[in-house]
Amino acid sequence: MTTAQVIFWVISAVVLVSAVLVVASRNIVHAALWLILSLFGVAGLFAVLQAGFMAVVQVVIYVGAIATLIIFAIMLTRRDMREGGRQTHRWWPLPALMAAALFAGLAWLLTSLPGSGATPPALAGDDHVLLLGQALLTPEQYVLPFEVASVLLLAALIGAIVIAGDARK
Amino acid sequence: MVPLSWYLIVAAALFCLGLYGVLARRNSVAILMGIELMLNAVNLNLVAFWRYLAPARMSGQVFAVIVFAVAAAEAAVGLALIISLYRLRRTVVADEADLLRG
Repeated sequence: MTTAQVIFWVISAVVLVSAVLVVASRNIVHAALWLILSLFGVAGLFAVLQAGFMAVVQVVIYVGAIATLIIFAIMLTRRDMREGGRQTHRWWPLPALMAAALFAGLAWLLTSLPGSGATPPALAGDDHVLLLGQALLTPEQYVLPFEVASVLLLAALIGAIVIAGDARK
Repeated sequence: MVPLSWYLIVAAALFCLGLYGVLARRNSVAILMGIELMLNAVNLNLVAFWRYLAPARMSGQVFAVIVFAVAAAEAAVGLALIISLYRLRRTVVADEADLLRG
C-alpha cells in the first residue's frame, strides 16, 4: 500500500462515511453539517487528482455558497425546534435495494473496463489554471458554453429572488 | 499508484448514496442534499477521467466547471421553491405538497 493509496483511502472513507450520515441522519441540521464534511472530502480528492483549481472552486462554491444556502433554507423552514415525524417514508427498503443494486452493477462494470487499471500519465509541466482559463475564454474552445452557463446562472438567480421574494407584495 | 477504477467506484458509491437520499427521504431539503451528492459524484468522475485519460486537454475540467455552475443554479432555484412552498403550506415534507393531486 503506497502512500498515495493510503491518502486516497482515508479521504474516500471521509467522503463516503459522511455521505452515509447525510442520508441517514434524523436531524436535518446534522445532515447538512455532514454534507459539508463530505464536500470537503471531495475537494481533497480533487487535490489528490492534481486538479487544484477544482479543489478550491469546490470549497468556495459548494461549501461556501451551496451548503450555506442549504443551512439558510433549513433554518427558514423549521416549524419548531423539535423534529417530529419520520425522516424516511414507509417504503425506504425499496430505494435502498435499488441503490445497492445500482452500485453493485456499476462496480462490476467499472472493474471490468479495459483501461480501468491504468496508472495516471505524467502531467505536463504547464500551468493548468492558465490552460483552463484559456480553454474557457478562447472562441475556438469553450467560450460559448461558458457564456451560456453564465446566462443560465443569472436567470436562475433572478428566478430564485422572484420566487422566494417578499410574499406580501 | 491509484488505478482509475478506484476513483470511479468511490464516485459510483457517492452517486448511489445520493440516489438513496433522493428516493427515501421525506424532507425536501434532504432530497436536495441527495441531489448535491449525486452532482459531486459526477464531478469526481469527470475530473478522474480528465486526469487519467486526457490530462493535456482541458475538456474534463471545463465540463466540471459547467457542472458547478448548473449545480449552483439548481440549488438556488430548488431552495427558493422549497421556501416559497413552506410559506404557503407550512410544511417541507415532500409528500404533503399535493395541491395538484386529483
